[in-house]
Amino acid sequence: MIEGPVVIIGTGQAGFQTAASLRIEGFEGDIFMFGDEPGLPYQRPPLSKAFFKDGSADRLLFRNQDFFEKNSINIKDNCSVKSIDRQKKQVLLDDGDTISYEHLVLATGTRNRALPIAGSDLKNVLALRTLYDANHIRKTAKAGQRVIMIGGGFIGLELASVLREFGCEVTVIEAEKRPMARAVSEQISTYFVDAHTKSGIKIHCNSMVSKVLGEAEAEGVKLSDGTEIGADLVFICAGVVPNSEIASEAGLETSNGILVDDLLLTNDPFISAIGDCASFVHKSSGTLVRLESVQNAADQAKCIAKRLTGTPKTYEAVPWFWSDQGGKKLQIAGLTGSADKLICHSDDENGKISVFAFENGQFVGVEAVNMAKNYVISRKILETGKPVMLSDFEASDFDLMEILKKIS
Amino acid sequence: MVKITLVEPGGKQIIVDAKEGGSLMQAAVAAGVTGIVAECGGSMMCATCHVYVNEDDLEKLPKKSEGEDEMLDSTASIRKENSRLSCQIKIGPELEGLKVYLPESQY
Repeated sequence: MIEGPVVIIGTGQAGFQTAASLRIEGFEGDIFMFGDEPGLPYQRPPLSKAFFKDGSADRLLFRNQDFFEKNSINIKDNCSVKSIDRQKKQVLLDDGDTISYEHLVLATGTRNRALPIAGSDLKNVLALRTLYDANHIRKTAKAGQRVIMIGGGFIGLELASVLREFGCEVTVIEAEKRPMARAVSEQISTYFVDAHTKSGIKIHCNSMVSKVLGEAEAEGVKLSDGTEIGADLVFICAGVVPNSEIASEAGLETSNGILVDDLLLTNDPFISAIGDCASFVHKSSGTLVRLESVQNAADQAKCIAKRLTGTPKTYEAVPWFWSDQGGKKLQIAGLTGSADKLICHSDDENGKISVFAFENGQFVGVEAVNMAKNYVISRKILETGKPVMLSDFEASDFDLMEILKKIS
Repeated sequence: MVKITLVEPGGKQIIVDAKEGGSLMQAAVAAGVTGIVAECGGSMMCATCHVYVNEDDLEKLPKKSEGEDEMLDSTASIRKENSRLSCQIKIGPELEGLKVYLPESQY
Protein backbone atom coordinates (compact mmCIF):
# COMPACT_ATOMS: atom_id res chain seq x y z
CA MET A 1 0.00 0.00 0.00
CA ILE A 2 1.26 3.48 -0.83
CA GLU A 3 1.49 6.13 1.85
CA GLY A 4 0.23 9.09 -0.14
CA PRO A 5 -0.59 11.74 -0.85
CA VAL A 6 -2.85 10.72 -3.72
CA VAL A 7 -3.77 13.69 -5.88
CA ILE A 8 -6.85 13.41 -8.08
CA ILE A 9 -7.42 15.87 -10.91
CA GLY A 10 -11.14 15.98 -11.60
CA THR A 11 -14.14 15.76 -9.29
CA GLY A 12 -16.59 13.94 -11.55
CA GLN A 13 -17.77 10.35 -11.18
CA ALA A 14 -14.28 8.87 -11.64
CA GLY A 15 -12.55 11.31 -9.31
CA PHE A 16 -15.17 11.00 -6.61
CA GLN A 17 -15.20 7.21 -6.75
CA THR A 18 -11.41 7.04 -6.55
CA ALA A 19 -11.41 9.00 -3.30
CA ALA A 20 -14.33 7.07 -1.83
CA SER A 21 -12.90 3.68 -2.82
CA LEU A 22 -9.44 4.51 -1.46
CA ARG A 23 -11.02 5.02 1.96
CA ILE A 24 -13.14 1.85 1.60
CA GLU A 25 -9.93 -0.06 0.84
CA GLY A 26 -8.31 1.30 3.97
CA PHE A 27 -5.99 3.93 2.51
CA GLU A 28 -5.02 6.30 5.34
CA GLY A 29 -2.83 8.85 3.57
CA ASP A 30 -3.77 12.30 2.32
CA ILE A 31 -6.21 12.63 -0.56
CA PHE A 32 -6.43 15.89 -2.52
CA MET A 33 -9.01 16.47 -5.24
CA PHE A 34 -9.11 19.42 -7.60
CA GLY A 35 -12.11 20.34 -9.76
CA ASP A 36 -12.73 23.38 -11.90
CA GLU A 37 -16.47 23.55 -11.20
CA PRO A 38 -17.98 25.06 -8.04
CA GLY A 39 -19.35 22.84 -5.29
CA LEU A 40 -19.22 19.19 -4.30
CA PRO A 41 -18.95 16.32 -6.80
CA TYR A 42 -22.28 15.59 -8.48
CA GLN A 43 -23.81 13.15 -10.93
CA ARG A 44 -24.01 14.26 -14.52
CA PRO A 45 -26.40 11.72 -16.13
CA PRO A 46 -29.59 13.29 -14.71
CA LEU A 47 -28.72 16.70 -16.20
CA SER A 48 -30.15 15.67 -19.58
CA LYS A 49 -32.98 13.68 -18.00
CA ALA A 50 -34.82 14.12 -14.67
CA PHE A 51 -33.04 17.31 -13.62
CA PHE A 52 -34.80 19.39 -16.26
CA LYS A 53 -38.12 18.53 -14.62
CA ASP A 54 -37.16 18.54 -10.97
CA GLY A 55 -34.32 21.06 -10.81
CA SER A 56 -33.10 19.76 -7.46
CA ALA A 57 -29.32 20.14 -7.40
CA ASP A 58 -29.08 18.60 -3.89
CA ARG A 59 -30.23 15.26 -5.25
CA LEU A 60 -27.36 15.22 -7.71
CA LEU A 61 -24.65 15.17 -5.05
CA PHE A 62 -22.83 11.86 -4.65
CA ARG A 63 -22.34 12.56 -0.96
CA ASN A 64 -22.73 15.60 1.28
CA GLN A 65 -20.07 17.73 2.93
CA ASP A 66 -20.08 15.51 6.01
CA PHE A 67 -18.88 12.53 4.04
CA PHE A 68 -15.82 14.34 2.73
CA GLU A 69 -14.97 15.68 6.19
CA LYS A 70 -15.43 12.35 7.93
CA ASN A 71 -13.29 10.62 5.32
CA SER A 72 -10.63 13.33 5.29
CA ILE A 73 -10.98 13.93 1.58
CA ASN A 74 -9.68 17.39 0.72
CA ILE A 75 -11.59 18.93 -2.16
CA LYS A 76 -10.70 22.21 -3.74
CA ASP A 77 -13.40 23.42 -6.12
CA ASN A 78 -13.19 26.26 -8.65
CA CYS A 79 -9.61 25.22 -9.16
CA SER A 80 -7.89 24.00 -12.27
CA VAL A 81 -4.56 22.27 -12.43
CA LYS A 82 -2.20 24.00 -14.83
CA SER A 83 0.58 21.49 -15.24
CA ILE A 84 2.27 18.36 -13.96
CA ASP A 85 5.95 18.27 -13.01
CA ARG A 86 6.76 14.57 -13.29
CA GLN A 87 10.33 14.94 -12.07
CA LYS A 88 9.32 16.66 -8.84
CA LYS A 89 6.04 14.70 -8.66
CA GLN A 90 4.05 17.87 -8.19
CA VAL A 91 1.03 19.53 -9.77
CA LEU A 92 0.79 23.29 -10.26
CA LEU A 93 -2.56 24.90 -9.47
CA ASP A 94 -4.02 27.98 -11.16
CA ASP A 95 -3.53 29.99 -7.96
CA GLY A 96 0.21 29.27 -8.05
CA ASP A 97 0.26 26.58 -5.33
CA THR A 98 2.11 23.35 -5.90
CA ILE A 99 0.97 20.04 -4.43
CA SER A 100 3.15 16.96 -4.19
CA TYR A 101 1.90 13.48 -4.94
CA GLU A 102 3.06 9.97 -4.46
CA HIS A 103 0.46 8.92 -7.00
CA LEU A 104 -1.48 11.12 -9.40
CA VAL A 105 -4.88 10.17 -10.83
CA LEU A 106 -6.06 11.95 -13.95
CA ALA A 107 -9.85 11.97 -14.05
CA THR A 108 -10.15 15.05 -16.19
CA GLY A 109 -13.16 13.93 -18.22
CA THR A 110 -14.21 15.52 -21.45
CA ARG A 111 -15.50 18.83 -22.76
CA ASN A 112 -18.07 19.52 -25.43
CA ARG A 113 -16.83 19.56 -28.97
CA ALA A 114 -17.03 23.09 -30.37
CA LEU A 115 -18.37 23.34 -33.90
CA PRO A 116 -16.46 25.48 -36.35
CA ILE A 117 -19.58 27.07 -37.81
CA ALA A 118 -20.50 30.71 -38.10
CA GLY A 119 -22.93 31.94 -35.49
CA SER A 120 -22.23 29.25 -32.90
CA ASP A 121 -21.28 32.02 -30.44
CA LEU A 122 -24.63 33.78 -30.67
CA LYS A 123 -26.81 34.23 -27.63
CA ASN A 124 -29.34 31.41 -27.37
CA VAL A 125 -26.89 28.87 -28.71
CA LEU A 126 -26.59 26.50 -25.78
CA ALA A 127 -24.77 23.34 -24.82
CA LEU A 128 -25.03 20.93 -21.89
CA ARG A 129 -22.14 19.64 -19.87
CA THR A 130 -22.27 21.02 -16.35
CA LEU A 131 -24.79 21.75 -13.65
CA TYR A 132 -24.35 25.42 -14.51
CA ASP A 133 -25.34 24.66 -18.14
CA ALA A 134 -28.33 22.63 -17.00
CA ASN A 135 -29.59 25.43 -14.74
CA HIS A 136 -29.12 27.90 -17.59
CA ILE A 137 -31.17 25.67 -19.90
CA ARG A 138 -33.96 25.39 -17.31
CA LYS A 139 -34.11 29.17 -17.00
CA THR A 140 -33.95 29.81 -20.73
CA ALA A 141 -36.24 27.21 -22.30
CA LYS A 142 -39.93 28.08 -22.51
CA ALA A 143 -42.81 25.87 -23.60
CA GLY A 144 -43.79 26.57 -27.19
CA GLN A 145 -40.31 27.59 -28.31
CA ARG A 146 -38.81 26.18 -31.49
CA VAL A 147 -35.67 24.29 -30.56
CA ILE A 148 -32.97 22.84 -32.80
CA MET A 149 -30.54 20.21 -31.57
CA ILE A 150 -27.35 20.02 -33.62
CA GLY A 151 -26.36 16.39 -33.09
CA GLY A 152 -28.48 13.31 -32.47
CA GLY A 153 -26.39 11.36 -29.98
CA PHE A 154 -27.53 10.29 -26.50
CA ILE A 155 -27.42 13.80 -25.04
CA GLY A 156 -29.07 15.42 -28.05
CA LEU A 157 -31.93 12.92 -28.07
CA GLU A 158 -32.38 12.86 -24.28
CA LEU A 159 -32.62 16.64 -24.22
CA ALA A 160 -34.86 16.59 -27.28
CA SER A 161 -37.35 14.30 -25.57
CA VAL A 162 -37.30 16.25 -22.30
CA LEU A 163 -37.88 19.54 -24.16
CA ARG A 164 -40.59 17.97 -26.29
CA GLU A 165 -42.44 16.79 -23.17
CA PHE A 166 -42.05 20.30 -21.80
CA GLY A 167 -43.89 21.62 -24.86
CA CYS A 168 -41.16 22.77 -27.25
CA GLU A 169 -41.17 22.20 -31.00
CA VAL A 170 -38.01 20.15 -31.45
CA THR A 171 -35.95 19.45 -34.56
CA VAL A 172 -32.83 17.27 -34.46
CA ILE A 173 -30.14 17.70 -37.12
CA GLU A 174 -27.86 14.67 -37.42
CA ALA A 175 -24.85 14.49 -39.74
CA GLU A 176 -24.74 10.68 -39.96
CA LYS A 177 -27.35 8.61 -41.75
CA ARG A 178 -28.95 7.72 -38.42
CA PRO A 179 -28.92 9.08 -34.86
CA MET A 180 -26.69 7.48 -32.19
CA ALA A 181 -24.81 5.77 -35.04
CA ARG A 182 -21.60 5.60 -33.03
CA ALA A 183 -23.26 3.97 -30.02
CA VAL A 184 -26.04 1.60 -31.10
CA SER A 185 -27.16 -0.73 -33.87
CA GLU A 186 -29.30 0.39 -36.77
CA GLN A 187 -32.32 -1.40 -35.31
CA ILE A 188 -32.17 0.64 -32.11
CA SER A 189 -31.65 3.89 -34.04
CA THR A 190 -34.71 3.09 -36.13
CA TYR A 191 -36.74 2.25 -33.03
CA PHE A 192 -35.95 5.64 -31.46
CA VAL A 193 -36.46 7.59 -34.69
CA ASP A 194 -39.97 6.08 -34.85
CA ALA A 195 -40.67 6.80 -31.17
CA HIS A 196 -39.43 10.40 -31.33
CA THR A 197 -41.24 11.06 -34.60
CA LYS A 198 -44.47 9.81 -33.03
CA SER A 199 -44.00 12.22 -30.15
CA GLY A 200 -43.67 15.10 -32.62
CA ILE A 201 -39.89 15.51 -32.81
CA LYS A 202 -38.54 16.10 -36.32
CA ILE A 203 -35.30 14.30 -37.13
CA HIS A 204 -33.18 15.19 -40.19
CA CYS A 205 -30.37 12.74 -40.90
CA ASN A 206 -27.49 13.13 -43.40
CA SER A 207 -27.74 16.86 -42.65
CA MET A 208 -24.96 19.26 -41.80
CA VAL A 209 -25.52 22.69 -40.29
CA SER A 210 -23.43 25.25 -42.18
CA LYS A 211 -24.40 28.32 -40.18
CA VAL A 212 -26.39 29.49 -37.19
CA LEU A 213 -28.60 32.34 -38.42
CA GLY A 214 -29.18 35.60 -36.55
CA GLU A 215 -27.50 38.84 -35.58
CA ALA A 216 -27.21 38.90 -31.79
CA GLU A 217 -29.53 36.01 -31.01
CA ALA A 218 -29.84 32.75 -32.87
CA GLU A 219 -32.88 32.76 -35.12
CA GLY A 220 -32.37 29.42 -36.81
CA VAL A 221 -29.88 27.35 -38.74
CA LYS A 222 -28.90 26.97 -42.37
CA LEU A 223 -28.17 23.46 -43.59
CA SER A 224 -25.46 22.70 -46.13
CA ASP A 225 -28.12 22.00 -48.77
CA GLY A 226 -29.37 25.57 -48.30
CA THR A 227 -32.48 24.77 -46.26
CA GLU A 228 -33.17 27.24 -43.47
CA ILE A 229 -34.98 26.24 -40.28
CA GLY A 230 -36.18 28.87 -37.80
CA ALA A 231 -35.53 28.47 -34.09
CA ASP A 232 -35.68 30.28 -30.75
CA LEU A 233 -32.98 28.09 -29.19
CA VAL A 234 -30.13 26.13 -30.76
CA PHE A 235 -28.32 23.39 -28.86
CA ILE A 236 -24.93 22.06 -29.86
CA CYS A 237 -24.79 18.39 -28.88
CA ALA A 238 -22.02 17.26 -31.18
CA GLY A 239 -20.10 14.99 -28.86
CA VAL A 240 -17.08 15.58 -26.67
CA VAL A 241 -13.31 15.66 -26.72
CA PRO A 242 -11.15 14.25 -23.92
CA ASN A 243 -9.31 16.67 -21.62
CA SER A 244 -5.92 15.15 -22.29
CA GLU A 245 -3.80 18.28 -22.93
CA ILE A 246 -2.45 18.40 -19.38
CA ALA A 247 -1.17 14.86 -19.91
CA SER A 248 0.36 15.39 -23.35
CA GLU A 249 2.04 18.59 -22.18
CA ALA A 250 3.66 16.53 -19.44
CA GLY A 251 4.93 14.05 -22.00
CA LEU A 252 2.38 11.33 -21.31
CA GLU A 253 1.21 9.29 -24.27
CA THR A 254 -2.23 10.08 -25.68
CA SER A 255 -4.39 8.60 -28.42
CA ASN A 256 -7.96 9.90 -28.45
CA GLY A 257 -7.50 10.31 -24.70
CA ILE A 258 -4.79 9.57 -22.19
CA LEU A 259 -3.30 6.20 -23.01
CA VAL A 260 -3.25 3.66 -20.18
CA ASP A 261 -2.30 -0.01 -19.86
CA ASP A 262 -4.42 -2.81 -18.44
CA LEU A 263 -3.66 -1.60 -14.91
CA LEU A 264 -4.85 1.90 -15.96
CA LEU A 265 -1.35 3.31 -15.65
CA THR A 266 0.02 5.88 -18.09
CA ASN A 267 3.60 5.60 -19.33
CA ASP A 268 4.58 7.15 -15.99
CA PRO A 269 4.26 4.53 -13.23
CA PHE A 270 3.22 7.24 -10.75
CA ILE A 271 0.30 8.50 -12.86
CA SER A 272 -2.98 6.75 -13.64
CA ALA A 273 -5.81 7.95 -15.89
CA ILE A 274 -9.42 6.84 -15.64
CA GLY A 275 -12.95 7.54 -16.83
CA ASP A 276 -13.99 9.52 -19.90
CA CYS A 277 -10.47 10.90 -20.50
CA ALA A 278 -8.67 7.53 -20.66
CA SER A 279 -8.00 5.33 -23.70
CA PHE A 280 -7.37 1.69 -23.05
CA VAL A 281 -7.47 -1.65 -24.80
CA HIS A 282 -10.79 -3.36 -24.09
CA LYS A 283 -9.80 -6.82 -22.93
CA SER A 284 -12.24 -9.11 -24.69
CA SER A 285 -12.31 -7.31 -28.06
CA GLY A 286 -8.69 -6.17 -28.17
CA THR A 287 -9.66 -2.72 -29.48
CA LEU A 288 -8.51 0.66 -28.18
CA VAL A 289 -11.53 2.38 -26.65
CA ARG A 290 -12.42 5.45 -24.64
CA LEU A 291 -15.72 4.97 -22.87
CA GLU A 292 -17.99 7.77 -21.72
CA SER A 293 -20.02 6.13 -19.01
CA VAL A 294 -20.81 5.95 -15.31
CA GLN A 295 -19.86 2.27 -15.22
CA ASN A 296 -16.44 2.81 -16.73
CA ALA A 297 -15.66 5.78 -14.48
CA ALA A 298 -16.75 3.99 -11.31
CA ASP A 299 -15.21 0.58 -12.09
CA GLN A 300 -11.89 2.05 -13.19
CA ALA A 301 -11.79 4.12 -9.99
CA LYS A 302 -12.35 0.98 -7.89
CA CYS A 303 -9.68 -0.84 -9.88
CA ILE A 304 -6.99 1.74 -9.14
CA ALA A 305 -8.06 2.13 -5.50
CA LYS A 306 -7.39 -1.60 -5.13
CA ARG A 307 -4.05 -1.34 -6.90
CA LEU A 308 -2.89 1.61 -4.80
CA THR A 309 -3.79 -0.26 -1.64
CA GLY A 310 -1.88 -3.38 -2.58
CA THR A 311 -4.16 -5.64 -4.62
CA PRO A 312 -3.44 -4.87 -8.28
CA LYS A 313 -5.72 -6.43 -10.84
CA THR A 314 -6.09 -5.77 -14.54
CA TYR A 315 -9.19 -3.85 -15.61
CA GLU A 316 -11.68 -6.22 -17.19
CA ALA A 317 -15.14 -4.92 -16.26
CA VAL A 318 -17.99 -5.47 -18.71
CA PRO A 319 -19.12 -2.06 -20.00
CA TRP A 320 -22.72 -1.00 -19.55
CA PHE A 321 -24.60 2.10 -20.63
CA TRP A 322 -28.08 3.52 -20.53
CA SER A 323 -30.19 6.25 -22.02
CA ASP A 324 -33.67 7.46 -21.06
CA GLN A 325 -35.63 8.94 -23.90
CA GLY A 326 -39.34 9.73 -23.81
CA GLY A 327 -40.25 7.11 -21.22
CA LYS A 328 -38.16 4.46 -22.93
CA LYS A 329 -35.13 2.97 -21.26
CA LEU A 330 -32.28 1.79 -23.43
CA GLN A 331 -29.87 -0.52 -21.61
CA ILE A 332 -26.66 -1.78 -23.15
CA ALA A 333 -24.23 -4.41 -21.87
CA GLY A 334 -20.94 -5.13 -23.63
CA LEU A 335 -19.49 -3.40 -26.69
CA THR A 336 -21.66 -4.01 -29.72
CA GLY A 337 -19.91 -1.76 -32.27
CA SER A 338 -17.72 -4.50 -33.72
CA ALA A 339 -20.55 -6.98 -34.21
CA ASP A 340 -20.89 -8.70 -37.58
CA LYS A 341 -24.22 -10.30 -36.77
CA LEU A 342 -27.22 -8.79 -35.00
CA ILE A 343 -30.28 -10.71 -33.93
CA CYS A 344 -33.31 -8.65 -33.09
CA HIS A 345 -36.18 -9.73 -30.83
CA SER A 346 -39.03 -7.29 -30.54
CA ASP A 347 -42.49 -6.95 -29.11
CA ASP A 348 -43.81 -4.08 -31.20
CA GLU A 349 -47.15 -3.90 -29.43
CA ASN A 350 -45.47 -3.13 -26.10
CA GLY A 351 -42.61 -1.07 -27.52
CA LYS A 352 -39.92 -3.56 -26.51
CA ILE A 353 -36.85 -4.50 -28.48
CA SER A 354 -33.60 -6.35 -27.85
CA VAL A 355 -30.68 -6.61 -30.22
CA PHE A 356 -28.16 -9.38 -29.49
CA ALA A 357 -24.73 -8.72 -31.00
CA PHE A 358 -22.25 -11.37 -32.15
CA GLU A 359 -18.75 -11.14 -33.59
CA ASN A 360 -17.29 -14.18 -35.33
CA GLY A 361 -20.14 -16.14 -33.84
CA GLN A 362 -19.38 -15.08 -30.26
CA PHE A 363 -21.80 -13.08 -28.12
CA VAL A 364 -20.39 -9.58 -27.47
CA GLY A 365 -23.32 -7.57 -26.14
CA VAL A 366 -26.96 -6.61 -26.05
CA GLU A 367 -28.96 -3.44 -26.59
CA ALA A 368 -32.38 -3.64 -24.96
CA VAL A 369 -35.26 -1.18 -24.71
CA ASN A 370 -37.76 -1.74 -21.92
CA MET A 371 -36.47 -5.31 -21.56
CA ALA A 372 -34.36 -5.07 -18.42
CA LYS A 373 -34.16 -8.83 -18.04
CA ASN A 374 -32.31 -9.25 -21.32
CA TYR A 375 -29.86 -6.54 -20.25
CA VAL A 376 -29.34 -7.97 -16.75
CA ILE A 377 -28.84 -11.60 -17.74
CA SER A 378 -26.72 -10.72 -20.77
CA ARG A 379 -24.47 -8.67 -18.53
CA LYS A 380 -24.12 -11.61 -16.17
CA ILE A 381 -23.28 -13.91 -19.08
CA LEU A 382 -20.58 -11.49 -20.27
CA GLU A 383 -19.24 -11.12 -16.74
CA THR A 384 -18.46 -14.83 -16.54
CA GLY A 385 -15.83 -14.14 -19.21
CA LYS A 386 -16.70 -17.42 -20.89
CA PRO A 387 -17.25 -17.44 -24.64
CA VAL A 388 -20.89 -18.01 -25.54
CA MET A 389 -21.69 -18.64 -29.17
CA LEU A 390 -24.66 -17.84 -31.35
CA SER A 391 -25.22 -21.59 -31.58
CA ASP A 392 -25.66 -21.66 -27.76
CA PHE A 393 -28.32 -18.96 -28.06
CA GLU A 394 -30.08 -20.85 -30.83
CA ALA A 395 -29.88 -24.18 -29.00
CA SER A 396 -31.64 -22.69 -26.00
CA ASP A 397 -34.05 -20.65 -28.15
CA PHE A 398 -32.59 -17.45 -26.62
CA ASP A 399 -33.43 -18.51 -23.07
CA LEU A 400 -30.74 -16.39 -21.41
CA MET A 401 -31.29 -17.85 -17.95
CA GLU A 402 -30.65 -21.33 -19.29
CA ILE A 403 -27.44 -20.15 -20.99
CA LEU A 404 -26.24 -18.46 -17.81
CA LYS A 405 -26.94 -21.54 -15.69
CA LYS A 406 -25.08 -23.74 -18.14
CA ILE A 407 -21.89 -21.66 -17.97
CA SER A 408 -21.94 -20.62 -14.30
CA MET B 1 -39.77 14.78 6.87
CA VAL B 2 -40.55 11.09 7.16
CA LYS B 3 -38.69 8.86 9.61
CA ILE B 4 -37.27 5.68 8.06
CA THR B 5 -35.18 3.05 9.82
CA LEU B 6 -32.38 1.25 8.03
CA VAL B 7 -30.92 -1.79 9.74
CA GLU B 8 -27.34 -2.79 8.91
CA PRO B 9 -26.46 -6.49 8.54
CA GLY B 10 -24.83 -6.38 12.01
CA GLY B 11 -28.07 -5.11 13.55
CA LYS B 12 -27.18 -1.45 13.97
CA GLN B 13 -30.19 0.78 13.33
CA ILE B 14 -29.89 4.07 11.46
CA ILE B 15 -32.86 6.42 11.52
CA VAL B 16 -32.95 8.92 8.66
CA ASP B 17 -35.22 11.89 8.02
CA ALA B 18 -36.34 11.44 4.45
CA LYS B 19 -37.61 14.30 2.30
CA GLU B 20 -41.06 13.79 0.83
CA GLY B 21 -40.98 13.50 -2.93
CA GLY B 22 -37.43 12.15 -2.98
CA SER B 23 -36.49 8.49 -2.96
CA LEU B 24 -35.38 6.33 -0.04
CA MET B 25 -32.05 5.89 -1.81
CA GLN B 26 -31.52 9.67 -1.92
CA ALA B 27 -32.41 10.00 1.77
CA ALA B 28 -29.99 7.23 2.74
CA VAL B 29 -27.16 8.65 0.63
CA ALA B 30 -27.75 12.15 2.03
CA ALA B 31 -27.56 10.71 5.55
CA GLY B 32 -24.29 8.99 4.75
CA VAL B 33 -25.56 5.42 4.96
CA THR B 34 -22.68 3.46 3.46
CA GLY B 35 -24.72 0.31 2.84
CA ILE B 36 -26.50 2.06 -0.03
CA VAL B 37 -24.13 2.55 -2.97
CA ALA B 38 -26.47 3.77 -5.74
CA GLU B 39 -23.81 3.81 -8.39
CA CYS B 40 -26.14 4.83 -11.23
CA GLY B 41 -27.78 7.57 -9.19
CA GLY B 42 -31.29 6.14 -9.30
CA SER B 43 -31.57 5.21 -12.95
CA MET B 44 -32.47 1.58 -12.26
CA MET B 45 -29.27 0.36 -13.90
CA CYS B 46 -27.01 -1.05 -11.23
CA ALA B 47 -29.09 -2.60 -8.40
CA THR B 48 -26.63 -1.31 -5.77
CA CYS B 49 -29.32 0.35 -3.63
CA HIS B 50 -30.94 -2.99 -2.79
CA VAL B 51 -32.91 -3.27 0.49
CA TYR B 52 -35.09 -5.87 2.18
CA VAL B 53 -38.35 -4.29 3.31
CA ASN B 54 -39.70 -5.23 6.73
CA GLU B 55 -42.45 -7.80 6.01
CA ASP B 56 -45.10 -5.85 7.93
CA ASP B 57 -44.35 -2.69 5.93
CA LEU B 58 -44.58 -4.27 2.49
CA GLU B 59 -48.21 -3.27 2.01
CA LYS B 60 -47.33 0.42 2.51
CA LEU B 61 -45.34 0.36 -0.71
CA PRO B 62 -46.72 0.56 -4.21
CA LYS B 63 -46.02 -2.45 -6.39
CA LYS B 64 -42.71 -2.56 -8.17
CA SER B 65 -42.53 -1.83 -11.87
CA GLU B 66 -41.61 -4.51 -14.37
CA GLY B 67 -38.22 -2.82 -14.86
CA GLU B 68 -37.42 -2.85 -11.14
CA ASP B 69 -38.57 -6.45 -10.86
CA GLU B 70 -36.20 -7.49 -13.65
CA MET B 71 -33.27 -5.44 -12.29
CA LEU B 72 -33.65 -7.15 -8.90
CA ASP B 73 -32.36 -10.30 -10.58
CA SER B 74 -28.91 -8.71 -10.59
CA THR B 75 -28.49 -7.84 -6.92
CA ALA B 76 -25.18 -8.87 -5.34
CA SER B 77 -26.89 -10.29 -2.24
CA ILE B 78 -29.58 -12.89 -2.62
CA ARG B 79 -32.93 -11.68 -3.88
CA LYS B 80 -35.85 -12.35 -1.55
CA GLU B 81 -39.62 -11.82 -1.68
CA ASN B 82 -39.19 -8.49 0.12
CA SER B 83 -36.32 -7.21 -2.03
CA ARG B 84 -36.68 -3.72 -3.49
CA LEU B 85 -34.48 -1.09 -5.09
CA SER B 86 -34.54 1.87 -2.72
CA CYS B 87 -34.22 4.33 -5.63
CA GLN B 88 -37.71 3.28 -6.66
CA ILE B 89 -39.28 3.83 -3.22
CA LYS B 90 -40.75 7.31 -3.28
CA ILE B 91 -41.06 8.96 0.11
CA GLY B 92 -44.54 10.00 1.20
CA PRO B 93 -46.24 10.44 4.61
CA GLU B 94 -47.62 6.89 4.43
CA LEU B 95 -44.07 5.58 4.84
CA GLU B 96 -43.56 7.11 8.32
CA GLY B 97 -41.85 4.45 10.43
CA LEU B 98 -40.87 2.25 7.48
CA LYS B 99 -38.12 -0.20 8.32
CA VAL B 100 -35.76 -1.75 5.78
CA TYR B 101 -32.80 -4.10 6.14
CA LEU B 102 -29.53 -3.55 4.26
CA PRO B 103 -28.01 -6.53 2.44
CA GLU B 104 -24.55 -7.92 3.18
CA SER B 105 -23.16 -6.53 -0.06
CA GLN B 106 -24.20 -4.25 -2.93
CA TYR B 107 -21.58 -5.37 -5.46
